Amino acid sequence: MSFRCEMRLSGEGGQGLVLAGKILAEAAAIYQGINATQSQSYGPEARGGASRSEIILSDEDIDFPKAVRLDLLLALTQEACDRYVCDLKPTGVLLVDSDAVKRVPEGPFKTYRAPVIRGARETIGREIVANIVAIGIITRIAEVIEEESVREAILTRVPKGTEEVNLKAFELGLSMADRLIAEEAGKPGAN
Amino acid sequence: MSTVSNTNAGPAKGAVRVMTGNEACAEAAIAAGCRFYGGYPITPSSEIAEILSKLLPRVGGKFIQMEDEIGAMGAVIGASLAGAKALTATSGPGFSLKQENIGYACMAEVPCVIVNVMRGGPSTGLPTLPSQSDVMQARWGTHGDHPIIALCPRGVRETYDLTVRSFNLAETYRTPVILLLDEIIGHVNEKVFLPDRIRVVERVKPGADVTEYLPYQDTDTDVPPMASFGEGHRFHVTGLVHDETGFPTNNPEKIEHVLRRLNRKIDRYADRIIRVEEDRDENARVGVVAYGSTARSASYAVRLAREEGIPVSILSLLTIWPFPEEPIREMANRVSDIVVPEMNLGQLAHEVEWAACGKARVHKVNRIDGEPIHPQYVLDAIRAAARGK
Repeated sequence: MSFRCEMRLSGEGGQGLVLAGKILAEAAAIYQGINATQSQSYGPEARGGASRSEIILSDEDIDFPKAVRLDLLLALTQEACDRYVCDLKPTGVLLVDSDAVKRVPEGPFKTYRAPVIRGARETIGREIVANIVAIGIITRIAEVIEEESVREAILTRVPKGTEEVNLKAFELGLSMADRLIAEEAGKPGAN
Repeated sequence: MSTVSNTNAGPAKGAVRVMTGNEACAEAAIAAGCRFYGGYPITPSSEIAEILSKLLPRVGGKFIQMEDEIGAMGAVIGASLAGAKALTATSGPGFSLKQENIGYACMAEVPCVIVNVMRGGPSTGLPTLPSQSDVMQARWGTHGDHPIIALCPRGVRETYDLTVRSFNLAETYRTPVILLLDEIIGHVNEKVFLPDRIRVVERVKPGADVTEYLPYQDTDTDVPPMASFGEGHRFHVTGLVHDETGFPTNNPEKIEHVLRRLNRKIDRYADRIIRVEEDRDENARVGVVAYGSTARSASYAVRLAREEGIPVSILSLLTIWPFPEEPIREMANRVSDIVVPEMNLGQLAHEVEWAACGKARVHKVNRIDGEPIHPQYVLDAIRAAARGK
């Protein structure tokens, strides 16, 4: 059985979702030899407006480079969450920003809530690195791309002089994910 | 013709890269020998200009941002007449503005490459969203009876290859060549290995005798040798119908002669210019004809249909002009139904219908809302056709 993993990072223009998608695709394709595509859909605005970035990973050639049934959906706005949750597989993972997405849809999928944007702003001191915090969480919960590959890809893609702050954001994401996974494991009925 | 080392295509030859169609296009242009870019930035093509503004000066080339698209196309024609392989890239409304000068390049037989990264239209339309609604404009956007070559890649690596091929065809046939990307292909990041070596064609120049030069001379090939301005040959270039000397003519015989040759020089080589790729199932009663990013969606749908036990063939068009009439006619002889998915209202489907000549029913699958055609749409059409509906 061939493997195809589809992720969508959604929110609004200016949140760095396209760059985040590129980093994940590069981490998979260059450092792990998996086939990867990354595509995007955004409006004419420089900031604001709906924005989404999609990553397809596969061990085969990727014919259709856009998402069909999502294995993972990141939603950094309520609008994005409402609009895209229907594309999520029943076995998929929904990751939402817990401040921005107040109404979390019910479904058979697994849901994680994390203060992604607040974490970037308060812990790192730069809201602009929320995308990298999100990458950290995704890396740990999706378990498709290795941590070290993502670190390498971050270092080659982020602007010079911002490597340190971005790596700190990535580490914050990883530790947020550890907490989420521990909470999930502690829930009654969890394996 | 010569084979050259791909020395100017940026870093990491043979290494794995993750890059977009626009990036691949810019790097391929340099590798193919492009040394002039004249343009006016427009989404979703702007990265091609941005990258070439950095790469061209490094290889002794020139980059110029003109006052608008009309001027940009004029600059490209001028650069080519002076001997440079020249490129411009644009989208939607920019492609409309370039049409007058594209016609001039057809008439004056000036080799050049025009990239159009298709976005939704008409007018300013949908600047950031994909479409395939310029395929007819690529053919008939400029007035008059003239041939055109238009290529349509399905992915990033194919964009690289077809950009090189666009320059080679332009130089071989002394003609403008249109490379049609769409927003998905222009902006999708894909894992690619770029070739170490590529085949590069240089234009045929006249002999050293500058007194006898006829810039539009009849030759066995129908492609007259082309002198570069500044190397000694003097000649007249005009958009008016001209004789072999390049000066305007109103002589009906000469008019007919030059216009026939202009069309013949592409028509007679159509077999060499046309490239398609067929994934054929001999038992198929249903065929799919697709191009550009939509061909990717169609391939996915074909895979799903086959998993369901529906035999289906798919023909991907890498050249859309001249139209691949013969491969479509052959498909129509083998299948009863042909599905044509397009991000427009069926522009090429009509051509498919014409080529199929009643031998197969043609079913259009169209989307014009700025979203890509989902494989499910194509699969539904394949299923319906297989059921005979």
